[in-house]
Amino acid sequence: MNAEANGTSTRDASPEPLIEFRRVNYALDSGQRLLHDVNFSVARGETLVLLGRSGAGKTTALKLINRLLEPTAGEVLVEGRSTMEWNPIELRRHIGYVIQEIGLFPHFTVEKNVALVPHLEKWPEDRVGARVRELLTMVGLEPGKFAGRYPHELSGGQRQRVGVARALAADPAILLMDEPFGALDPLTRGEVLTEFQDLQDRLQKTVVVVTHHVGEALALGTHIGVMDGGKLEGIYSREEFLRASGPVTSAYVALLRMQERAEEEDL
Amino acid sequence: MSLLEFFLKQRQEILQSSIEHVWLVGMAMLLAVAIGVPLGVLVTRRPWLSRPILGGANVAETIPSLALFGFLLPVPWLGGRADRMAIAALTLYALLPIIRNTSAGISGVDRAVREAARGMGMTDWQILYRVELPLSLSTVLAGVRVATVLTIGIATIAAAVGAGGLGEFIFRGLAMVNNQLILAGAIPAALMALMADFLLSVLERRLRPVR
Repeated sequence: MNAEANGTSTRDASPEPLIEFRRVNYALDSGQRLLHDVNFSVARGETLVLLGRSGAGKTTALKLINRLLEPTAGEVLVEGRSTMEWNPIELRRHIGYVIQEIGLFPHFTVEKNVALVPHLEKWPEDRVGARVRELLTMVGLEPGKFAGRYPHELSGGQRQRVGVARALAADPAILLMDEPFGALDPLTRGEVLTEFQDLQDRLQKTVVVVTHHVGEALALGTHIGVMDGGKLEGIYSREEFLRASGPVTSAYVALLRMQERAEEEDL
Repeated sequence: MSLLEFFLKQRQEILQSSIEHVWLVGMAMLLAVAIGVPLGVLVTRRPWLSRPILGGANVAETIPSLALFGFLLPVPWLGGRADRMAIAALTLYALLPIIRNTSAGISGVDRAVREAARGMGMTDWQILYRVELPLSLSTVLAGVRVATVLTIGIATIAAAVGAGGLGEFIFRGLAMVNNQLILAGAIPAALMALMADFLLSVLERRLRPVR
């Protein structure tokens, strides 16, 4: 990638921003503004967590990256190119996408679900099969046991693993995740979270995750972007986050301390 | 002469009329599916068209069938031949349930499934024929089933314009005040409707998507 250095990034990004927001605004047709002048960049291999309450604009920001939404002002760059210059279909096949409801195709087996993007990209059949087995193993689902099952035959955690495998199928450089573990019970959530951390350590994808769980944000993110009311309060590394002074950020840190204290007392 | 004996004596003619009947209904259903399913899809894509399209199909449904033949008579290519005219009229009647069920089936597809499909880079066509249509197939088929059963009944009127079918017996029976003749048209038509209903409902259950 020959990403030029540019002066608009809001922090010292490594030389290669894979995703970049430049004064991005997004408003509904009704005029309601969901995003206000959002600037940030994500370098290759980083995991940016967008943290904030419901309605803060996190999901909107995420959907601007794979052009499920288009900015009303400013621009979003992916691999140095504005999303509006990308062919949206090509852009989306380039980016893995995981949503809370997962959205597995109920009429496809696990294998066909995972193989979807490789099939759309017309990979040869044997390569698709090998890739599906590799991915299922990677997310901890034994291919022989799960490949032929339908989504309704899986537990919530298994479904979410299939969702992750499906998003990774065509080996995208970028992975977008919207509340990926939100619908899971706390124990399963913990498991899947840990597995995902291991996976990310190995794969080094560039990931943007949306969550309202501060613990999850710290567990997953190399950087944490705190959003409120359609604005970005700040982007912090983990250490910076704990010391940051923004009102929402400090509220999250206070919450985190409270949770930690409660856990200690329990022990 | 018992009804059974009468039926046996007339079996050749009953069979002939049944075949005509199946042909009329079959052609009308093929056309209605070919027109109704795309219209149903269109309604989900352009919601502002939903009122004119569904409204139009609704109005077509309310036109009395004999009057509809009267309207079709002066239409150039159709009016000249009784079977074409009958098929056109039956197609119009069959449209509403098919359009309605197609649009309901597609609107009923899980929002998350559609968003995932779009987010993974499926084109609109791919989403339609790989995701939305397969997932709404059983609902579409339920519409086809309703339309077929309805059409088998209405098709008896086709005999009024000389298009043949089981209505022949019914009209002759009415004219001659002969109940056996009426039943020779009515019973096969009813059996045909029951059979179509059964076969299509089996197919429908087969195609019902897993949750």
